[in-house]
Amino acid sequence: MSILIDKHTRLLVQGITGNEGLFHTRQMLAYGTTIVAGVTPGKGGEWVLNGKIPVFDSVRIAVEATGANTSVIFVPARYAPDAIFEAVDAGITLIVCITEGIPVQDMMRVRKYIEQGDVRLIGPNCPGLLTPGECKVGIIPGDIAIPGNIGIISRSGTLTYEVLYALMLENMGVSTCVGIGGDPINGTNFIDCLSMFEDDPYTDQVILIGEIGGTDEEKAADYIAAHMTKPVVSFIAGQTAPPGKRMGHAGAIVEGGSGLAVNKIKALEAAGVKVAAHPEEIPGLL
Amino acid sequence: MKLHEYQSKQIFARYGIPIPKGKVAATAEEAKQIAEELCSRVVIKSQVLVGSRGKAGGIRLAKTPEYAEQVASQILAMEIQGLPVRKVLVDEAANIEKEIYLGMTNDRAARAPVMMASAAGGVDIEEVARVNPDQIIKVHIDPLLGLRDYQSRDIAASIDLPREMWRMFGQIANGLWRAYSDCDATLAEINPLVITAKNQLLALDGKMIVDDNSLFRHPDLAEMRDLDVEEPTEIEARKYGLSFIKLNGDIGCMVNGAGLAMTTMDIIKLFGGEPANFLDIGGGATADKVAAALRIILSDANVKAVLFNIFGGITRGDEVARGILAALDEVKTEVPMVIRLVGTNAEEGREILAKANMITATTLSEAARMAVAVASGGQVE
Repeated sequence: MSILIDKHTRLLVQGITGNEGLFHTRQMLAYGTTIVAGVTPGKGGEWVLNGKIPVFDSVRIAVEATGANTSVIFVPARYAPDAIFEAVDAGITLIVCITEGIPVQDMMRVRKYIEQGDVRLIGPNCPGLLTPGECKVGIIPGDIAIPGNIGIISRSGTLTYEVLYALMLENMGVSTCVGIGGDPINGTNFIDCLSMFEDDPYTDQVILIGEIGGTDEEKAADYIAAHMTKPVVSFIAGQTAPPGKRMGHAGAIVEGGSGLAVNKIKALEAAGVKVAAHPEEIPGLL
Repeated sequence: MKLHEYQSKQIFARYGIPIPKGKVAATAEEAKQIAEELCSRVVIKSQVLVGSRGKAGGIRLAKTPEYAEQVASQILAMEIQGLPVRKVLVDEAANIEKEIYLGMTNDRAARAPVMMASAAGGVDIEEVARVNPDQIIKVHIDPLLGLRDYQSRDIAASIDLPREMWRMFGQIANGLWRAYSDCDATLAEINPLVITAKNQLLALDGKMIVDDNSLFRHPDLAEMRDLDVEEPTEIEARKYGLSFIKLNGDIGCMVNGAGLAMTTMDIIKLFGGEPANFLDIGGGATADKVAAALRIILSDANVKAVLFNIFGGITRGDEVARGILAALDEVKTEVPMVIRLVGTNAEEGREILAKANMITATTLSEAARMAVAVASGGQVE
């Protein structure tokens, strides 16, 4: 069982006719996700994957025709903010944006806009969501996780797969895995997910995968100390990262002494969180 | 991407922010000519993308055109913190009554733009923030609405600007907000903004940093990039859409995904090795991209082993494997390679690599241990 997505999710794919959009639509469908529609402006009326999924010109028309309630965005960075606004305006309540490289100021406007409505944005620059055995929204490989009671929250993509894989090798299952993304400004943060996992009866413990940059891990540590009854285990990437350099992710940068891995680890440990030295150590700490 | 002072100030001027009369010069003769045209005392300012130019002797006053020529020739021969001075800005010198600070930046934690001002301008603002945080006024701006006039008035009042200057200050604050917003800046800073002897406000120095992710819509700004501040390998990497940062160790890393790339560096260190670089080949890596990445890693003579850590998601394992082989066809090398491949299409990838006799690993710790062993001349069982 899960947070955010499950077997009732009715998914719409924005950018379904692009290479990555189509590739991952096929993967999500094979996993068992209910995909009801795709959107590519100018291609409305077409069908993809041998007539399995109808394509619409706009999110609004797709929602009216199919009752989609969740959207996943595979649109290039220059069009992605508009795709998010379109999904919000069409009444989608859960938007998962995979796109990397959205300008920060665009994200500040997006963030401000979504705060005015009843909508949750996951990402951008994230691998999406996986509720093993039920539903996959995004690009997390489905075959590296099994259903279970561990919740995962991560700022990273492939590092998350690494952790899922390490858990599966130990036969440990996952309730939901949430990739919140590696950008400095995102739709959903650690605390949002910690609180959802705390309330989810099917999650017993939580893994928090952070990295250098910003102070979200420190804030999560405060939240854990004050509100979490379920145990939390963590790993923080970037202990060897030089200061002032952006480590791939737009948000992964140590600036003016802020964002250091060592401070995050210290804060988490002070909140009673066990912090792993490397990802393959995590299963042993659960 | 950082812009030079003269570039930032030219942008500020387009938004109605008053800047000193001046021009940029690449030679001492040009500097002399500019000084003659200005008919006044001038300031010769080195244009390099580092702080503390003044302390390094890179900013000097000249009273005559002849002296301006002499000073410019000295500054143009300098290196400041390892960077050559290729241009100087020759500005009319101002009579300064008071120096203030005004800046726009992204407040990551508040997820909003923030305007910062201080009556203590002209000095290192990070130092002020550390020692006297109360001296810095911060006002968050709604990204959907922009800077409101009342906010500029509030700021002007908070830094004790005389009332008769509020209107002028409001125009400058508004110009700075629009420059920051239109250029997708992550920082737009005037330090100092001075009050002159004639009671005018003047942006004496300017600094801008532009969001790299926004350059697709700013081709004019993208052309301003100064390649002197970057490692040649990092420039080469960017051409192929790779994210690369050179480090000082001897184990090259090629990883897909930034978080996993950092983790791979960390685990190499944990097992007693030193990473030679950070390299994220990104999502949807093609054979071309992987080949380019390998060339860049191997261009570092310190590299004694290369660790590939590829966990398939968007990146498909068979594509990566073909890329590695194509790259090795092109770049003949004796450097040992340790390869770990898991995830989407990984089996096909591993088959391709096994046929080419590569060292393969299944777990990350195993791969890291192997890489540390072969880099120090050891064998892998």
